[in-house]
Amino acid sequence: MTASKATTAQAGTPAASGYRSLSMPMRYLINAILVVVFLVVGELMIDGGVVSRYQTGVIEQIGIYIILAVSLNIATGYLGQLPLGHAGFMSVGGYSCAIFIMRMMDVVGVTARDFVTGSPAAVGLFVIGIIFGGVCAAICGLIIGVPALRLKGDYLAIITLGFAEIIRVVMQNIDGVLGFTLTGGAKGLTGIPSYTNFLNTFIVVAISLFLIHTMMKSRHGRAILSIRDNEIAAESCGVNTTYYKTLAFVASAFFAGVAGGLYAGCIGVMAPAKFGFMKSIEILVMVVLGGMGSMLGSVISATVLTILPEALRAVSDYRMVVYAVVLILVMIFRPEGLLGDYDFSMSRVIERIMNHGKRPEDFAPATTPAVEAVATAVASGAPSATTEKDTGKEASTHE
Amino acid sequence: MSSDETTKTETTVETAPSASPKRHRPVLVQMETPNLVPERDLGKMPVLQAEHLGIDFGGLTAVDDFNIAMGRTEISGLIGPNGAGKTTIFNLLTNVYKPTRGTILLDGYDTAGKSVVEVNKMGIARTFQNIRLFNKMTVEENVLVGFGNSMSTHLLTDVFRLPKHWKQEAEFHDKAMDLLGIFNMQGLAQERAGNLPYGAQRRLEILRALATNPKVLLLDEPAAGMNPAETEELMENIEKIRDDFQIAILLIEHDMNFVMGICEVIGVLDYGRIIAKGTPEEIQNDPKVIEAYLGKQGVK
Amino acid sequence: MRTQPPALPRFYWTCVRERKCCAVTILTQVLNGLQLGSIYALVALGYTMVYGIILLLNFAHGDIIMVGAYISWIVMSQLGLNPVLAIVLSIVGCAGLGVLIDKVAYQPLREAPRMSLLITAIGVSYFLENGAQLVFGADAKVVPEYFDLPSMSVGGVSLSANAIITIVVTAISTIVLTILVQKTKLGKAMRAVSEDMGAARLMGINVNNTISFTFAVGSVLAGIGAVLYSMAYSQATPTMGIMLGTKAFVAAVLGGIGSIPGAVIGGLLVGFAEVFVSAIGLSVWQDAVVFLLLIIVLVVRPTGILGRPMTEKV
Repeated sequence: MTASKATTAQAGTPAASGYRSLSMPMRYLINAILVVVFLVVGELMIDGGVVSRYQTGVIEQIGIYIILAVSLNIATGYLGQLPLGHAGFMSVGGYSCAIFIMRMMDVVGVTARDFVTGSPAAVGLFVIGIIFGGVCAAICGLIIGVPALRLKGDYLAIITLGFAEIIRVVMQNIDGVLGFTLTGGAKGLTGIPSYTNFLNTFIVVAISLFLIHTMMKSRHGRAILSIRDNEIAAESCGVNTTYYKTLAFVASAFFAGVAGGLYAGCIGVMAPAKFGFMKSIEILVMVVLGGMGSMLGSVISATVLTILPEALRAVSDYRMVVYAVVLILVMIFRPEGLLGDYDFSMSRVIERIMNHGKRPEDFAPATTPAVEAVATAVASGAPSATTEKDTGKEASTHE
Repeated sequence: MSSDETTKTETTVETAPSASPKRHRPVLVQMETPNLVPERDLGKMPVLQAEHLGIDFGGLTAVDDFNIAMGRTEISGLIGPNGAGKTTIFNLLTNVYKPTRGTILLDGYDTAGKSVVEVNKMGIARTFQNIRLFNKMTVEENVLVGFGNSMSTHLLTDVFRLPKHWKQEAEFHDKAMDLLGIFNMQGLAQERAGNLPYGAQRRLEILRALATNPKVLLLDEPAAGMNPAETEELMENIEKIRDDFQIAILLIEHDMNFVMGICEVIGVLDYGRIIAKGTPEEIQNDPKVIEAYLGKQGVK
Repeated sequence: MRTQPPALPRFYWTCVRERKCCAVTILTQVLNGLQLGSIYALVALGYTMVYGIILLLNFAHGDIIMVGAYISWIVMSQLGLNPVLAIVLSIVGCAGLGVLIDKVAYQPLREAPRMSLLITAIGVSYFLENGAQLVFGADAKVVPEYFDLPSMSVGGVSLSANAIITIVVTAISTIVLTILVQKTKLGKAMRAVSEDMGAARLMGINVNNTISFTFAVGSVLAGIGAVLYSMAYSQATPTMGIMLGTKAFVAAVLGGIGSIPGAVIGGLLVGFAEVFVSAIGLSVWQDAVVFLLLIIVLVVRPTGILGRPMTEKV
C-alpha cells in the first residue's frame, strides 16, 4: 500500500548518456499495475477471511490518516507554513459528507445495506458525498486562507488554530441556532451508514496521492515549492505568492475534507470533541516525523503511528507521552524528519536494476562532454520521459 | 511597446494602475532626465526611466533625487561605497520598497502601485546581493519557476496529466536547457541549487531572472566571490546575454575592472545621491568620485 | 436549548422585562471581566516575554500554569501544608520548570529554523498535558481555598476579595516587570538579546543565561497566574492549560506580541469579551467569539494593537 503511490514517476537525469531510462507511459503503467495488485491482494485477503473485520477497520483508518498526513504536508512540507487546524477541515469534510449522504439516501432511495453490497446508486452517492465533503472543506480553507495567509509563521499557526476551534464550537452549537438537528450538537452525529470499506478507501487514497503528486510535479507545484524556499525571490520571479499560497492551502483543506468523509463512514459517529487541537497535532506529528516534504515519509509514519497504538493497546496510556517525546527528539536531532524530503520512486529502482546498479550520476561527470551530450539530446527532440524531474535527488539521502 | 516616433524626452505614462499594460491609455509627459544612452539606442524610447526617485526610512533619507534613463540594450553600472544606497535603488526599481518620491517608467508605463510580481511581469528581473535561490529545488526547477508566467496550462490540465501538460513540460525543459547552456550548466540541471558552488549559484540566479523574459535585468554584485578567471568569463557572458536577448542590464559591482570593462554608462552613488554620471573614462577622472572613495586626502 | 428562549431575547427579558439589569449587574460583570482579564493578562505577559527574546510562541506556557495548579493541590490537599508554602512552591516550581524546558528542549535549537522551534514547543506542551494525565488522571482535582476571605458588599455590589487580589497582583506584577525590563541591567541585556543575539554575544552578554532568565521571569508570572486561577476556579485538570494558554496567547497576539502594555490590553480585552458574551447568555459561543476577535484584529492590524511592524531585509 505504501509503495504503490509515492512512486509515480521520477525520471532519470537527461544528462546521463547511455543511461537506460523508462518512458513516461511505462512508469505510469508500472505504478498502475502495482496499485491494482495491492488492491486485488487486499480484497482477496479480506474476502478470504485472512484479515479480520477489526483489522480491515484499522487498514481503512491507515488510509484515512495517510490522506490527512499527505494533505497537511502540502501546507507544511511543500508550502512551508504551519497550520494547526487540520482537524477542523477534517471535521467539516466529515460532517458535510455524512449529512449529505444521510439526507440524500431517502431521496435517491439508497439503504444502508446498499453501501455494503455496492449498488451503482450507492457508489454514485458515495463519490458525490466524498467530493462534497472535500469541496466544503476547501471552501472553509479558502475562507480561512485569505486572512491567514497574509500573516506569517506563528501568526498563521495561531489563526488556523483559532479557526479550527471556531469550527468545533459551530459544529457543537449550530443546531440551537438553526432550530433543527443538523450536526447533533455535543453528543455528535450518529447513525452514519458505514459507506467506507477497504475497496473505496484504497481507491480514494490512490487517487488523492496521485493528484497531490501530479500537482506538485507541475508548474503550480514548483511555484508552491519556490515560496517555501525563498518567498522574496519567488515574488521577484513573478510567482503570484498570494495565489499559490491560497491554492496550496485550499488543496490541503480539500483532501483533509475527503479524508474526513471517509472517516465519518468508517467510525459511524461524528462528535465535535474528536476534532480538537489534539487531533491536529496528531496529524502534524505524522508529517514532521516522516519528513516535511516527503510523501513517502508521511505515508510511512501515518501507517506506523496508526498501527502502533492498536498493536500496543496495553500501553496506550503512554502513547501520547511517547509521541511528544519523539516529536521533541526528532526536532532536536533530525529536524528535517526521518526521510527529509526524499521521495521514493519505483521507476527509479527499476531503472537502477536495468542499469546494473549504477546511478544516473555515474554516467554523467559534469564536464564538457556531458554538456554536449545534453545539447544533442535536446536537439534531437527530448523524449517525454525527460520532462519529469526528480526533486528528491539521491544526494539528499547521503547528506 | 511604443513606436520610434516618441523622442527621447517624451514618454508615455499610464493613468490608472491595472494588471495588463496593454489596456492603458498612454499620456504624454515630459521627462527631464538628461540621457546618456549609447548611440545605438538613441531615438528609441528609454526602456527604464526614473525621475527624482527617493525614499526615506523614518527621518533618514536613504536615496534622494535618483534619475536614470536606460537605453534598450545598454549595460550600465551603479557604484559607490558600502551603504550608499545601491541595493535600495534596486529595491525601489522593483517596488520591493515603495518610493517616497518620484516616478519610475518601465517602457513608458508607470510602475507606481504595482506589486513586486506585477513589476516582474512588466519586465524587470533581478538578482540578489545575498543569493536567494530555491535551494531545495533542482537547478532546472529554479529556471522553470522563472518560466512560470510563460507557461499557460490550467491547474486541472497539469493535475490530470492531459497531453497539453506533457507538451508544455517538454517545451520548457528544452528552453531551460538552452538557457542553462549559456553558462554551460546543463550537466548540473538535476543538482540541488543549494549544493552548487558559489559562482554557479550566482550564475543560476542570473539565468532564473532571464527566464522571466525581462526587458531590464538588474544584477546585484554578480561577480562577488568570483576569481579573476570567472569574472572575465562572466563579463563576456553578460555582454552575450545583452546581445542575444536584446535587453538592458543595470548592475551593482565593487570590482572596478569589471565595471569599467563592461559598462557603457556608470553612475556613482554616495549618501543616497548620484554624485557623478558618465562613461567609464569620465568617472575614473572625476575628483568627486575619488573623494567619495578615498576621502578628501585622496584628492591631490 | 430548544426549551429555552433564544439567547438574545433572554438577555432582553432578564435585563429589561424583569428589571434586573441595573448598575449593580453591570458593575459585577465589569469586575468579573477585570478579574478574568487580569489572569489572561498575566499569562499573556509570559508569552510576550519569551516571544520578545527568541521569537518563539511558547506553546508550553499554558501547561506550566497547569503544573503550578497541581503543585498547589499537592502541597495543600495531599501534604496538608501551609497555603503560603503552596503559593511559594507553585511559583518556584513554575520558574524551575520554565528554565528546565528552555535548557532541555529549546537551547539545542537556538540556530534552528523557527518552524522546528515552534514544533518543539508544541511537543513540550503535548508532553506536559499527557504526562499530567498519566500521573494525576484525567479527572479534575479540587484545589482548596488558599485563604478564607470574606466578600465585601459596597452599595449592593458584592466585591469578592479574590477578584480584588487578582486585579491588584496583576497590576503590581506588570509594574515590576516594566521596571525590570526598562531599568535594570538584566532588562538591558534582555532587550539587547532580543534586538540582535549575535551582537549581544559579542558585547559580552551571556545570551543563554539571559534567555533562561527570561523564561524564569515568564514562568514566575505563569506561577502567579496559576495561583490566581486556582483561587478563582479551585480546580486543576491536565487540559486546563490548553484553553487558558491559548486564550492568553490570543490576548498577547491581540495586544501586539512583544509588548508589555499590549499584553495587558489584550488580556483585558479577551476577559471582557468572554464575560460580555456569557452575560448575554451566549456562553457556549465564548471560545468562538474570542478567536473571531483575534482574526478580525489580525486581519485589520496584522501585528496586533501595539505590535511593531516587522520587515524582512531584502
